[in-house]
Amino acid sequence: MAGDVLVVAEHLRGELDDVTFELLGMGRELAGQLGGSLIAALIGGSGEMADQLGAADLVVSVGGADMSDFNPESHGAALEAVVDAKSPRAVLVSYTSMGMDLASTLAVKKGMAHAAFGTAVAGGENVTPEGGKRNITATSQLYGGKMDVVSDLGDGPCVVSVLAGSAPADAGRADGPPAAKESLPAPATAGHVRFKRLIEPEAGDVDITAQDVLVAIGRGIGSKDDVEVAEELAEALDAAVAGSRPLIDAGWLPKTRQVGKSGLKVSPKVYLALGISGAPEHIEGMKSAATIIAVNTDEQAPIFNFAHYGMKEDLFDVCEELTEAIEDR
Amino acid sequence: MNIIVLMKRVPDLVEDLEVDDTGKALDEDCVSLKLNEFDDHALEEALLLKEAGASSVTAIALDGEEVDKMLFTALAKGADRALKICHVGAPPGRPGAGEVGDYRGLAEIFAGVVREQPHDLILTGVQAADERDGQLGPMVAALLDAPCVEVVTSVEGSGGAVTVHKEFSGGLMAEYEVDLPAVLGIQAARATPRYAPVSKVRQVQNEATIETVSGSAGGGSGVSVVEMTPPETGEGAQMLESVDELVEILESKGVI
Ligand SMILES: Cc1cc2nc3c(=O)[nH]c(=O)nc-3n(C[C@H](O)[C@H](O)[C@H](O)COP(=O)(O)OP(=O)(O)OC[C@H]3O[C@@H](n4cnc5c(N)ncnc54)[C@H](O)[C@@H]3O)c2cc1C
Repeated sequence: MAGDVLVVAEHLRGELDDVTFELLGMGRELAGQLGGSLIAALIGGSGEMADQLGAADLVVSVGGADMSDFNPESHGAALEAVVDAKSPRAVLVSYTSMGMDLASTLAVKKGMAHAAFGTAVAGGENVTPEGGKRNITATSQLYGGKMDVVSDLGDGPCVVSVLAGSAPADAGRADGPPAAKESLPAPATAGHVRFKRLIEPEAGDVDITAQDVLVAIGRGIGSKDDVEVAEELAEALDAAVAGSRPLIDAGWLPKTRQVGKSGLKVSPKVYLALGISGAPEHIEGMKSAATIIAVNTDEQAPIFNFAHYGMKEDLFDVCEELTEAIEDR
Repeated sequence: MNIIVLMKRVPDLVEDLEVDDTGKALDEDCVSLKLNEFDDHALEEALLLKEAGASSVTAIALDGEEVDKMLFTALAKGADRALKICHVGAPPGRPGAGEVGDYRGLAEIFAGVVREQPHDLILTGVQAADERDGQLGPMVAALLDAPCVEVVTSVEGSGGAVTVHKEFSGGLMAEYEVDLPAVLGIQAARATPRYAPVSKVRQVQNEATIETVSGSAGGGSGVSVVEMTPPETGEGAQMLESVDELVEILESKGVI
């Protein structure tokens, strides 16, 4: 219907991801602004999951246990079927590994406008030129978090890919089950993409999610040999070393130390970010740390927008001085 | 297996970025463009596949400043062909066309060129920092009606299908088998992208040629920029002047 908002529920290994509830909270607000209802699309989910989506007015399920493993092709086709059946004004998809396979494809196939890297969406009167249909606007966090760009998505149907952590999950949780449930048959696909198996991460020596203090290093550390500088500081602080993705990709730290979107979510008492720029994918993993202290030579680094304390300094100078200061106590 | 790598340049994020007078784009004077790092991983994965027996690797990019250097570097690293898309023409008047982050338009240009080239596997970076209106890989795939998997960290195989690893969060991955032709958005190659020494690039510059092809203008996504602003910092970080202050804070938080 004209002002309806469709949220794509995301789940892995039988559990709904928190981002689903974040999207439902955002979707509820948008549906209110557009005067429509809130619909959740649950692809390959269970009845139990559907019951947790009570924040939506309607849950449309496609497929069940047979589709529980994410498949870009079959889940994409299922989402298109829901869009065809419900003609929502806006579709909110999480900007996650799964969402990245769905959103852009849907937008192109259905000729819908699309904003990626979304952090906010609005369908308010302030953007209406002269009554009638309301334009939807979305805010995208571009350039590694260095710029916010507001886009006008026009007055037709649109897709917004929303970064995880952009809205509180609590706003999208409801006590009871949804008012209505429907199911649609799974559409046939060519079967060009076949799910084989899940591959578990290797267990690490240190569990970075269980630490009080993390010394997190980014590409600013410059070379593998210099990781030692951070290890010394971590030892003095009785902390563990964690890192941003490029260090893990370069093999300077094990995968189990990665913080962020495709790594681990951590919430230590103190998160010391050294030479990390603060890209949205990194922020996702550490923004709930109680105290964030960032050291970066670039005053404009987005990490300073999220940190409680900052130092515009060379990380090596700070590491060395701080390690000494702690050891001397 | 003929592999195509789609390459693009993005602003170097280490530089200070400023908004221009229109309030809708970056001030070009402050921007230096560099190869999207994820595209570098896509090229590396393609070269690894070639070493394992794939028949060819073709790098394709849209014409622009420093693009020749980027393509010569791809050749120096081992790509067989480099194509530069020229004469694209003015974008049609759809909202968003030609604006910052008009990747929908770019996807149409790339898809048009790819259709004319032998292609089994199309690799590109999983994302770019200015992809305002969607990810290039899945958009090209949708336009070509080919399957697509994003966030890929490993591609192996030959013949009619490849086996890929797609990353979820927390290090968890899924394995898929994907029929060719297909598009894959590469997050990280199986190895750190190789380096081409300047001397090698120079040698290639003298010996090899970049082929030019013309492209047809992309359509625009219907998504126009309203404004671009540096993010609101809220409180922002309280800036510390010395390590002594840092020690005090750590003490007050009870961690030392
Ligand atoms: C699907 C997907 C998932 C991703 N998942 C993650 C993830 O889980 N975790 C993650 O971290 N990233 C992830 N990324 C990557 C992310 O987009 C960024 O590329 C990455 O976070 C950047 O890491 P960085 O901050 O270390 O490097 P950069 O962005 O290169 O920043 C380096 C910083 O160091 C500073 N610096 C340099 N030298 C010094 C010095 N001597 N002293 C002090 N400061 C210095 C620079 O000013 C700069 O700010 C993901 C990307 C994608 C596409």
